[in-house]
Amino acid sequence: MTLRQRPRPIAGLTRNGRRVRCRKSSAGVTPGAATCVCPLVRGISFGVTWGGSSATDRKDPILNTQLAETLSAVLLVLVLVCAVVRPFGWPEAVVAVPAAGLLIATGAISLDDALDEVQRLGPVVGFLAAVLVLAQLCDDEGLFQACGAWMARTAAGRPRRLLALVFMAASAITAVLSLDATVVLLTPVVFATAARLGARPRPHVYACTHLSNTASLLLPVSNLTNLLAFAASGLSFTRFAALMALPWVAAIAVEYVVFRRFFASDLDAGAQAPAGGEPPRLPMFALVTVACTLAGFVLTSVVGVDPAWAALGGALALAVRGLLRRRTTPRALLGAASVPFLAFVLALGVVVRAVVDNGLDEALGHLVPEGSGLWELLALAGLAAVLANVINNLPAVLVLLPLTAPSGPGAVLAVLLGVNIGPNLTYAGSLATLLWRRIVHAHEGEVELKEFTRLGVYAVPASLGAAVLALWGSLAVIGGG
Amino acid sequence: MPMSVVVWIVEGTWPACVDAARAHTSTDADVALLHVTPADVPGAAHGAFAGLLGRGHRERDPGTRLEHLAAASAQELLQSAADRLGRPCTRTERTGRVEREVVAAAEGRDLLILARDGDRTHLGPHSLGPASRFVVDHAPCPVLLVWPEASPGLSTMPPPPPRP
Repeated sequence: MTLRQRPRPIAGLTRNGRRVRCRKSSAGVTPGAATCVCPLVRGISFGVTWGGSSATDRKDPILNTQLAETLSAVLLVLVLVCAVVRPFGWPEAVVAVPAAGLLIATGAISLDDALDEVQRLGPVVGFLAAVLVLAQLCDDEGLFQACGAWMARTAAGRPRRLLALVFMAASAITAVLSLDATVVLLTPVVFATAARLGARPRPHVYACTHLSNTASLLLPVSNLTNLLAFAASGLSFTRFAALMALPWVAAIAVEYVVFRRFFASDLDAGAQAPAGGEPPRLPMFALVTVACTLAGFVLTSVVGVDPAWAALGGALALAVRGLLRRRTTPRALLGAASVPFLAFVLALGVVVRAVVDNGLDEALGHLVPEGSGLWELLALAGLAAVLANVINNLPAVLVLLPLTAPSGPGAVLAVLLGVNIGPNLTYAGSLATLLWRRIVHAHEGEVELKEFTRLGVYAVPASLGAAVLALWGSLAVIGGG
Repeated sequence: MPMSVVVWIVEGTWPACVDAARAHTSTDADVALLHVTPADVPGAAHGAFAGLLGRGHRERDPGTRLEHLAAASAQELLQSAADRLGRPCTRTERTGRVEREVVAAAEGRDLLILARDGDRTHLGPHSLGPASRFVVDHAPCPVLLVWPEASPGLSTMPPPPPRP
C-alpha cells in the first residue's frame, strides 16, 4: 500500500493527476496519434492499443476506439448487473476481476493505465479496509451495545427523544466509522432499543437507513465515495472536513425535520416499557482508540502524511487487544476487511476508467457543468444524484470524478453531495437494486414502495438543496484551498 | 356460544385495548391478542444492505437480524398484554402489511378492539393514523375504537360551519 498524498491536480491540465488525452485535438488526429498538439501538453504521447498493437499501426483507429468503448461499456454493465444480482451467490469480484483482466488483455485499457488506476485506488482501498476492521472491532468491544443502552436510558420512554438520540448516534457513527457500520452494526441495535422501550421501531430504523447516506458527508472515511473523491480532490483531511461540516449539519437537520413530521403518528404513540436500568458499561478502550484515530487524522494531515496510517493504527491497536483477549481471530479480522470487496473496488475502477477514457468523458463532458458558482454546484449535485439513482453511487462517482476534478474541489464535493444523499430516494439505494429486489421478493413482505418513496421525495431534494447551499457558503468562507 | 374478540396489540397504545377487552367483554369471551410485525421495517434494513454495492456476505445482512429481533419482541409484547388481561386468551403473531393483516384476522369475529393512533390532542378525523383508518374503514366485523388515554374534551372539536 502506497500511503502518501497525491499532488493536487492542476485545473485544465491534468485529470486527477492522470496523463492528459487530447482526442479531438485537430482534424484527422484521433486516438492513436503519436503526440498531442495541445500547446500546454505538447510532446506527451498517447495511444489506444487494440489486440496488443498500437492504434497508430492501424488504418481505422476510430473503429477501434468505438469497439474498445463498446466492449468496456458492455463489461461495465455486466459487472454492475452481477454486483446487483449476485448470480449463484458469488462474490462481486468473481466477475469484476476477470472483466478488468479482459479489458487489459484486449488493449481496451493499456496495462500502464490500468496499473495507474490500481496505484491510485490502492491507498483508498487500504484506508477502507482499515476503517471496516476498526468498526467491526469496536462492535466486538461492545461499543454499539453500549450505545443502545445509552439511548434506551436517555430516551426515558419518549419516542421523540429516542429519535433525536438515534439521529445523534447514527450521524456520529456514520461519520467516524463509515456507513457500513451504521447499516450493518447500528441498525439492529437501534431496533432492539426501540423494542425494549416499547416504542414503534419504524421511524428509528428508517432513520438509520437514511442517515447512513446523509450523514456520510463529513469525513473522507465516512463513505467509500468520499475516499475516492478525497484522493481526486487534492484536499487535506482537515480541509475536506471543514468544507463538509456545514453541508453535513444542514442535510441532517433537514432530514430530522422531515422525519419528525413524516412519522408523527408513530412518534405520538408513546412507549410503555420502564426505562432506566443499570447505567451501561462504557467500552473505554474502544472509545479512546476511536478518539485517538480521529486526532491522528488531523495530525497526519497537518504533517502531510496519508491519514490512512491513523486508521491503520487504530485498527491495529484494537486488533492486538482483541486477539490477546480472544475476542477475535485472525480469520475474523480478514473477514471484516472484506478482501473480495476491496478487489471488486479495484477491478470496477479499472473497468470504469476504460469506459471513461474510451469516449464517455467526451459524451458526458457536455453534460457536466464547469465552475463553482451556486447554480453549477446545484446542477452537478443534481446530475450526480440522478446517476447514483440509476445504478449505484459507486460507479457514478467513479465516472464523474475525472470529469469534475479539473473544475476544482468545489465541484468534486458537489458531486459527493449528490451521490451520497441521492440514494435515499429509493430504499435500496438505486433503481437497479430496487427493481431486482422487487423481482426476487415479489411474494414476500417488501417495503411499501409508495411510503418509502414519499419519504425520499420529501427528504432528498430538501436535504440536497440545503447541503449544496451550505457547501457554497463554506467554499466562500473557507475556500477550496 | 362465547363471544369471539380480537384485540389488536400495537406498541405504545396496547394497554388501553386490553383494558377495554376486560371492561366490555364477558369473562368467558374467546379473546385473541393479535400483533402484526410490519414487514417493511426489516425490509428497509435488507434494502439498505443491498444498496451497499459489492459487500457480498449475505450473512451480514442486518435485515435478517431485525427479523429475529422483531419476532422476539412481538412475543414479549404479547406476553405483557396477556399478563395485563389476566384471562385465558390466544396469541397470534403475523408479519406483513399491518392494516391488511388486521382486517384479515378480524374476519368472522364478533368484535375487533383497537386504539386511535393519530393526533390525540383533538377530537376529529386526525385522531386516526393511516393504519387504523384503513382498519376501521375495512373491518368485516363490529369495531370498538378506544382512546389510548383519556379522550380530549369537547372543546377541542372544531366549531360548526356557519349556517347558509
